[in-house]
Amino acid sequence: MTMPVRTAQYGFAERWLPRLVLAPSFVLTLVFLYGFIVWNGYLSFTTSRMLPNYEWAGLAQYITLFDNERWWVAVRNLVIFAVLFIGGAMGIGVVLAILLDQKIRFEGAIRTIYLYPMALSFIVTGTAWKWILNPGLGIEKLMHDWGFTQFTFDWLVNSEMSIYTVVLAGLWQSSGFVMALFLAGLRGVDDSIIKAAQIDGASLPRIYWKIVLPALRPVVFSTLMVLSHIAIKSFDLIMALTGGGPGYSSDLPATFMYSMAFTRGQMGVGAASAMMMLMAVAAIVVPYLYSELRKDGNG
Amino acid sequence: MNQERFWRGLVYAALVFAALYYLIPLYVMLTTSVKDMEEIRTGNLLSFPQNIGFAAWGKAWSSACTGVSCDGLSGYFLNSVKMVIPAVLISTTLGAINGYVLSKWRFPGSNIVFAMILFGVFMPFQVLLLPMAQTLGWLGIASTTTGLVFVHVVCGLASTTLFFRNYYVGIPDELIKAARLDGAGFWRIFWRIIIPMSTPIIMVTLIWQFTNIWNDFLFGVVFSAGDSQPITVGLNNMANTSTNVKEYNVDMAAALIAALPTIAVYVFCGKYFVKGLSAGAVKG
Repeated sequence: MTMPVRTAQYGFAERWLPRLVLAPSFVLTLVFLYGFIVWNGYLSFTTSRMLPNYEWAGLAQYITLFDNERWWVAVRNLVIFAVLFIGGAMGIGVVLAILLDQKIRFEGAIRTIYLYPMALSFIVTGTAWKWILNPGLGIEKLMHDWGFTQFTFDWLVNSEMSIYTVVLAGLWQSSGFVMALFLAGLRGVDDSIIKAAQIDGASLPRIYWKIVLPALRPVVFSTLMVLSHIAIKSFDLIMALTGGGPGYSSDLPATFMYSMAFTRGQMGVGAASAMMMLMAVAAIVVPYLYSELRKDGNG
Repeated sequence: MNQERFWRGLVYAALVFAALYYLIPLYVMLTTSVKDMEEIRTGNLLSFPQNIGFAAWGKAWSSACTGVSCDGLSGYFLNSVKMVIPAVLISTTLGAINGYVLSKWRFPGSNIVFAMILFGVFMPFQVLLLPMAQTLGWLGIASTTTGLVFVHVVCGLASTTLFFRNYYVGIPDELIKAARLDGAGFWRIFWRIIIPMSTPIIMVTLIWQFTNIWNDFLFGVVFSAGDSQPITVGLNNMANTSTNVKEYNVDMAAALIAALPTIAVYVFCGKYFVKGLSAGAVKG
């Protein structure tokens, strides 16, 4: 792999130029990412409400947060959403990728169709699905026109079901992306292994299950990372589709944080919830980055 | 052989079914946007429009209400254009330079710098919102397009650096060494050797950043106001403005207007778009 170019043989300018060139980005990252994490963390220990102040309040905001039923609704929704969204997108993506890998005619065109939702803003997706799932004129009306007059579909306005509309729209937008990742992975699997297994008389499903999918472990892993990351950060889709409602029944932590910090004058609680989100992401990402970078160093 | 044909038929059927699943929402958006409200009420989601008209498109562009004002999406669209162009160009340029240093001019500690920048790809931006809002105020660029460009550059650096760094790692170091023996320096190597080899990754990064920044809603809704709000905020305001009768045709036309630029990029540069997605997903 890459050997670091030895710097000792270069002149003074050449030695310092790379660091100098990197410095602005490094400073921006240091101040605006890491500095702000600390700052936001500090805010979460203050009494800030409408405006930030720096009066120490200890864990008071976290206690308020954990006493807030709305926060636990958001957390519960995140678990529901993450499990169904990640599981569903992986399932749909893997199946479509395997089907597309069967030397399909028009593969390019089909792939384009599967993936285009990924180019859309979640706001666009949310607006479109809000109309499709409209309780009066959407799917319900369509089913009535087709003769299923008893059919009702009120998930958007039903606080028990509203989070599932977010899952539906999220799957529509992101499953094609998973397909693309897996298809790329499948293309990387050595054909000769599959041929050999076929000669040994293994059936196609068995070959995929026993040989191909295990070979795709890195793809599975990075896809999981990306999807769980999308799930935790999900904000736009909820804002456009349900606005967190009815009531706060479809809130996720990201919409909870926004609402506390910017519309309800509970800045400290908002900051505390953001810290909780950061910790959740860090728990997933830091071990992953660590292993990736170590691999890089040895490779 | 017959059995094989049966299975292939089944595979094609499943693929076509899935294609319909992805296409129907687009069909519904398009057809709804050219119907009038009367037809929307009497017909259904899938019914083909009887009298195609573009009144809803006109209204969405120039006269639909987005909260208090009723000037359509045109202003928001322009704001997004003014925001996206500098943000994409600056973050891509910085990413290219960073990637070049972090792959070809490593120094002790450069891997730590890379890891620190990399975490930005995953960071939940919620932790930045409150401090950033205050800082933008201090800098005097709160609620301006300049402020939004700044936020997008800072938060985009991680991805662009990662893209370029991973691409440049694949360029053989021997090329750099040879150029050094010929007396070329840091910038000369960058311009004469690295940049000419970078067209694919530049395309990938430009498209990735364009799509992300155009589609962003979080920063738009938190850091902009009035005449700097991007199109996603305009669209969301329009679709969630609950005055009198909801005009679904106008909403759908508005959604399509907001989607057009990224769809166009996807259609014309799909190859690079897919590469960007995989590059963004498969790190290291």
